[in-house]
Amino acid sequence: MEAGAATAPQAATRPRVKARKRRRDTNKTPWWMWLAVVAILVFCLFPFYWLVNISLKTGNDLQSSSLIPPNPTLKNYSDIFKNPDFTKALRNSAIVALTTTALALAVGSFCAYALARLKMKMKFLILGVVLSISTFPQIAIAAPLFKLWSDVGIFNTYIGLIIPYLTFALPLSIYILVSFFREIPKDLEEAALVDGATHFQAFRKVVVPLAAPGLATAGILTFIGAWNEFLLAVTLTSSSRARTVPAAIAFFTGATEHEIPYGSISAASVVISIPLIVMVLLFQKRIVAGLTAGAVKG
Amino acid sequence: MEAASVRTAGTPTQARRSKGIPERRLAWLMVSPSLILIAIVAAYPILYAIWLSLHEYSVRVAGLSRWASPAGLGNYKKALSDPAWWSALEHTLIFTVASVTLEFGLGLGMALAMHAAFRGQGALRTVVLVPWAVLTVVTAIMWQTMFVSPYGFVNTVLGTQTVWLGSEPQALIVIILADVWKTTPFMALLILAGLQVIPGEVYEAAEVDGASTWQRFSRITLPLLMPAILVALIFRTLDALRIFDLPFVLTQGQNGTSTLSTISQETFATNRIYGLGSAMAVLTFIVVMIVSFSYIRFVGGNIRGLAED
Repeated sequence: MEAGAATAPQAATRPRVKARKRRRDTNKTPWWMWLAVVAILVFCLFPFYWLVNISLKTGNDLQSSSLIPPNPTLKNYSDIFKNPDFTKALRNSAIVALTTTALALAVGSFCAYALARLKMKMKFLILGVVLSISTFPQIAIAAPLFKLWSDVGIFNTYIGLIIPYLTFALPLSIYILVSFFREIPKDLEEAALVDGATHFQAFRKVVVPLAAPGLATAGILTFIGAWNEFLLAVTLTSSSRARTVPAAIAFFTGATEHEIPYGSISAASVVISIPLIVMVLLFQKRIVAGLTAGAVKG
Repeated sequence: MEAASVRTAGTPTQARRSKGIPERRLAWLMVSPSLILIAIVAAYPILYAIWLSLHEYSVRVAGLSRWASPAGLGNYKKALSDPAWWSALEHTLIFTVASVTLEFGLGLGMALAMHAAFRGQGALRTVVLVPWAVLTVVTAIMWQTMFVSPYGFVNTVLGTQTVWLGSEPQALIVIILADVWKTTPFMALLILAGLQVIPGEVYEAAEVDGASTWQRFSRITLPLLMPAILVALIFRTLDALRIFDLPFVLTQGQNGTSTLSTISQETFATNRIYGLGSAMAVLTFIVVMIVSFSYIRFVGGNIRGLAED
């Protein structure tokens, strides 16, 4: 269990944490502890349960506000998969998010390695610039690109989304990878250098394979960020040609309040959340490690 | 194993000098693709936004652009004298303060509970990641289905007839609640990571010295947690100031929920007034930069620590 917290920076304290846990284990758990755990479970899961609940209702059941669907049906799900706008948007999202992730990892890993391991001047400045880019409000990029992309003719295309997505994907992957590269023991690289490898070979043959968990973590977080992105997706697309799934769903809701097809919107929402929830279930430890990378160093 | 035996043969420094491209040049070669890309995808658009913001630009006079008088600052003057911009700023600040405060309080509580729960901590962490992983757009839809009658249960449970998304300030409250649901877990996980690196001996020593639970929390836990808390607060504040998705989907920025980002996006994308819209985007950028620079004074050391050693 605890290995999840054992991101590299915390590895040293792991035995101590375990020892303390064991000691506490002998005490009786206070009742309010269980109450807190139950409260956390309800807080985190109930709203999502409600969405699933809505997605299983059709017709008049939708208006019943009942906690359990009276006549559960998968009709909403089969409906949305017959909607070409939705299936096209799913494909668009997959292409845009995967390409963004691949590019960010390929380019970002070089940068991160140099910042983590090689001798160079102005490291602090470079990392500072990279990190400050990630705090830029997307709106400051969306406004000029909206005009620029129409002028250059890449408005409403994949490439028109992937390029601005790199503004958050690159800093994110560089930041996570720097903290992972730093944890790889230097001995192995030095051994390779002694054996006659160049720095670049040492990076490619020794560091990258060892940093695979870090690359996976950076990749997962970048993918989630790109899959989730909304402001640029809404602003820089105008049709199902390049519109990603979050933007497509938002436009389902454009009609008047009475006509909003809540059943199918909920079903679509559940469907697009599934890849992310599966990732969380499979990679919980890596995601937590990535989110907290660097954050706990005083 | 081999590493150890080989290393005795030659010192690492010798090896570093012997092969391939010089280290410093290699470092620049490896860094430059990222820097060039960042310059193209971030720096250039922002400079272009500033250029646009100094010009009058609208579709009606297609292609024609001239300096926005007086002295090119006309668009900024217009934005800053527009009550709609000031109320967007107000909503953004209320949203930021309210959501970050609630997220911090709840997140701290959640982190302490998760830290103390020795069994099933991994499972709890997975559950907590669910709201974090759910898309913001989906979060908006989820809260819509809970609050909008007759689909939602909120009015049924409270016995009210409130049109939540159609009234002020209820609409903003729903947006704050939705954001708190989505991002409290992120806050909790950052704080939990901070809790886990506090060595257990510190508590044992305090216990021996007879410190009460509250004393242990306020004198040991909180001070040692401060770095993690600060980083979490910064991330969240900067994110909250950029809020766009939730108001866009839930209310289209109506009913007291316009924000700095939604009002700018509406101006340039919907109304096609590029100059004014860009000026509003640049103003958002300035507000965010002011907040980040004042924060960086706190975490500058943290970044430096990552860059050096």
